[in-house]
Amino acid sequence: MTFDWPTALPLIFAGLMGLAILIYVILDGFDLGIGILFAVAEDGEQDTMIAAIGPFWDANETWLVLAVGLLLVAFPMAHGVILSALYIPVFVLLVGLILRGVAFDFRAKVPSGKKHRWNRIFFLGSVIASLAQGYMLGVYVLGLDVGLGGMAFGVLVAFCLAAAYAAMGAAWVIYKTEGELQKKAVRWLRTALVLTALGMAAVSLATPFASPRIFDKWFVWPQILYLSPLPILSALLFLWLWRQTFHLPKPDDRHALTPFLTLAAIFALGFAGLAWSFYPFVVPDRLTIWQAASATESLAIILVGTVVVLPIIIFYSFYAYRVFGGKATDLTYD
Amino acid sequence: MDPLILSRIQFGANISFHILFPTITIALGWVLLFFKLRYNATNDSAWMRAYFTWVKVFALSFAMGVVSGVTMSFQFGTNWPGYMEHVGNIAGPLLAFEILTAFFLEAAFLGIMLFGFRRVSNRVHTLATVLVAGGTTLSAFWIIALNSWMQTPAGFEMIDGKAHAVDWWAIVFNPSMPYRLVHMLLASGLTVSFLVSGLSALRYLNGDRSESMWKALRTGVFTAAILIPIQIFAGDQHGLNTLEHQPQKIAAMEANWNTGPNVPLVLFALPDEAAKENRFEIAIPDGASLVLRHSTDGVVPGLNDYPGNHPPVFPVFWGFRIMVGTGLLMLAVSWSAAFFLKRRHSLPKPLAMLMVPMALSGWLATLAGWYTTEIGRQPWLVTGVLKTADAVGPVAGSHVALTLAVYLILYVLLLLAYLGVLVHLALKAAKDGDSSPLPGVMKAAMSQPAAGE
Repeated sequence: MTFDWPTALPLIFAGLMGLAILIYVILDGFDLGIGILFAVAEDGEQDTMIAAIGPFWDANETWLVLAVGLLLVAFPMAHGVILSALYIPVFVLLVGLILRGVAFDFRAKVPSGKKHRWNRIFFLGSVIASLAQGYMLGVYVLGLDVGLGGMAFGVLVAFCLAAAYAAMGAAWVIYKTEGELQKKAVRWLRTALVLTALGMAAVSLATPFASPRIFDKWFVWPQILYLSPLPILSALLFLWLWRQTFHLPKPDDRHALTPFLTLAAIFALGFAGLAWSFYPFVVPDRLTIWQAASATESLAIILVGTVVVLPIIIFYSFYAYRVFGGKATDLTYD
Repeated sequence: MDPLILSRIQFGANISFHILFPTITIALGWVLLFFKLRYNATNDSAWMRAYFTWVKVFALSFAMGVVSGVTMSFQFGTNWPGYMEHVGNIAGPLLAFEILTAFFLEAAFLGIMLFGFRRVSNRVHTLATVLVAGGTTLSAFWIIALNSWMQTPAGFEMIDGKAHAVDWWAIVFNPSMPYRLVHMLLASGLTVSFLVSGLSALRYLNGDRSESMWKALRTGVFTAAILIPIQIFAGDQHGLNTLEHQPQKIAAMEANWNTGPNVPLVLFALPDEAAKENRFEIAIPDGASLVLRHSTDGVVPGLNDYPGNHPPVFPVFWGFRIMVGTGLLMLAVSWSAAFFLKRRHSLPKPLAMLMVPMALSGWLATLAGWYTTEIGRQPWLVTGVLKTADAVGPVAGSHVALTLAVYLILYVLLLLAYLGVLVHLALKAAKDGDSSPLPGVMKAAMSQPAAGE
C-alpha cells in the first residue's frame, strides 16, 4: 500500500480533532463540574474550589476552541451541517459558557455584597453548558435528525454528562484540597459516579440500536472479541473507583490524584468506543471525513503548524499545571 | 424577518461586543509590561500598585474577550456555513494558526501572569507577561490577515466555486493587511491610553493624589498624545490604500454620487440613496479631491460607477465621520492634558471631567471604524468572490431572532456589569491610594505575603 496524502490527511485531522475533544472533555470537564458542585458547597468552600481551577480554566476552554476550529478548518462541510442542525443547543451552550466565564472574574472583583449573585451565575452557567453538551452528544449519536424520542434521549444524556462532569469536578477537588472539603468531595464523587455509569451504559446501548451500521461494526465475530476489552475495562474501572470512594482520603493524602486519572481513563475508553462506532463518518451516516475535508494543500499547511506547535503547547500547559501544583490556596492577584 | 438580515445583525452584535475587549487587552498587556519593567528598574512600589490595579482590568477584559470569542468560532458554522464551504481553504489555516500560536500561549501564561507572582521568580513572571502581551498581538495579526484577505483577496485561485491557496505569503500579506494591522494596533493603544487616563482622572477627581495614580495618568496621557498623530497619519495612508483597492468604499465614505474632479469634502449630510443625492450638505469645496488625490482637480470615484455593487451609503458615511470626529477630539484632549501635566504638573478640573467619559472614546472610534470598513465591503463577504447573501445558513428566521434577542440582553447586562466593576475598581484604588497592601517582588517563590483584595 502506498502512502497517499489526500487519504491520510483527513484521517490525521480526524484523529487530532478527536484528541482535542477528549482533552477538552477531561480538562474543562473538571472545571465545569466544580461549577455544578457549587450548588452543594458552602461559601468558604466555594472560594477554595475556585482557587483550585482559577489558573487553568481559560486554557482548558481553549481546547474547545481548538476542537471546533479543527472541525471548522479541516471539515468545513461537516462544520456547517452539524452546527446548523444543532443551532439552538449550541446557542444554549454558548450562553452557559459566557455566563460562567465572566462570573469567574466578576465574583472576585465586585463589591462583596454582590458576590453571591455571581456565584449563582457561575453555577447556572456551568450547569447550562454541561447540559447543552450532553444534549448535543445524545442527538449526535442518533444521527442529528431526531424526533421527540431522540430529544428525550438527548435530555437523558444531558443529565448523565452533567453528572460525569460533577464526578470529574469532585475528583479534582479531592486532588486539590484537604480536610472537611476533601471528605465532602469523596461523597460527591460517589453519588455522581452512579449517574455517570448509567449515562455511559445508555449511550453505549443506544448507539448500536439507533444505527444498523454501527450494530454491525460491534456485534460481528471476531470484532466483538477485539472490542470486548473496551466495555469490560470501563466497567472494572467504575467498580474499582466506586470501592475506592469508601477508602478516600487516605493517610498522607496518598492516591489523591487517582480518582481523577481513573475517570480520565474511563472517558478515554468511552471516547474510543464512540470513535470506532462513527468511523469513517464525521456526520453520522451522511458525510465521511474524506467527503467533508478541506483541500489537501490547506490541510498540509495546518499540519505543519500543528506538528511544530502542539508539542510546545502540551509542554507549557504541563508547566502551568506544575506551577500551580499542590493544594489550592487562596487565589490572589500576585 | 429575513434570516439574512437577522444573521447579519446577530453576527454584527457579537463581533462588536467581542472587539471591545481585545481592543483593550492587546495594548493593555504591553502597558502592564511597561509598569512591570519600570518597577524592575526603579524599585518604586507605585509602579507595582499601578500594575496590580490594571492587571485586574486586564483579567476581566480577557475573560470577556474569551467567552465572546468562543461564541464567534461557533457562529461561523451556525450562521454562515457558506463562508467556510467557499473559502474555508484560506480562512481555515489562518484561524487554525491563530488558535495554535496565539490562544494557547495567552491562556496558559495568563494564569501565571495573574496568580503566579509568588510562585515563580520575578524573571519568569515578567516573561509570562511578555508572552501574554505577545500572544494577544499575534492573535490580532492572524485575524487582521484574514479580515484583510476578505477585503482585498490575493494569492488564490477558484476551482469549482471554491478558493484554493496558491501563495500563502500573498494571502497573509495581502494588499490592505499591513495598513489595517497598523491602524488596529494603534487603535488598541489609543483605546487603552484613554481608558487608563480616564479612570485615573476619575481617581483624581475623587481626591486621589497617590503616586500610583499619577504614574498611570501620565502613562495614559503621554501615550495618547504620542499615538494620536501617528494614528491620523496611518489612517490617512489606510484610506489611500482603500482608494486604490476598494474605490466603491471610498465613494460611499465620501457620499460622492458621481465620479469626477473637484469633489468637495462633505462635513455633514444626510445621504439619500433613493434620490442619489445628499440632503442638508455642508462641504468644503475641492476638499475630497485634495485629501485623496492631493490636487484640487483630482478625480474621485463616485457611486455611479458601481450600480448595485456598492455598500449602503448612510452607515458608511456616518461611521467614517464619527471615527474621524472622535479622533480629532482625542487629539485635542490628549494634547491639552499632556501640556498641563508637563508644564503645570496639575490637571484642571474641567479637563479631568472631560477625560472621564473620554475613557470610552477608543471604543467609539474603533467600532465606528470597523463599521465603516465592514459595511463598506458589502454586498460582498469576500470582495469579488462571495456575496454575503450566498453564505447564510438554512436556519429559520424565528430561531435567529430569538437567539439574537437573548444575546442582546446578555451583552447589555454584561457591559453594564463590566463598566460598573471598572468604576468600582477605580474608586477603590482611589480610596486606598498608596496605602494598599502590596506583595513584594522576590526571586524566591512563595516567600511573600499576599496582596489584599
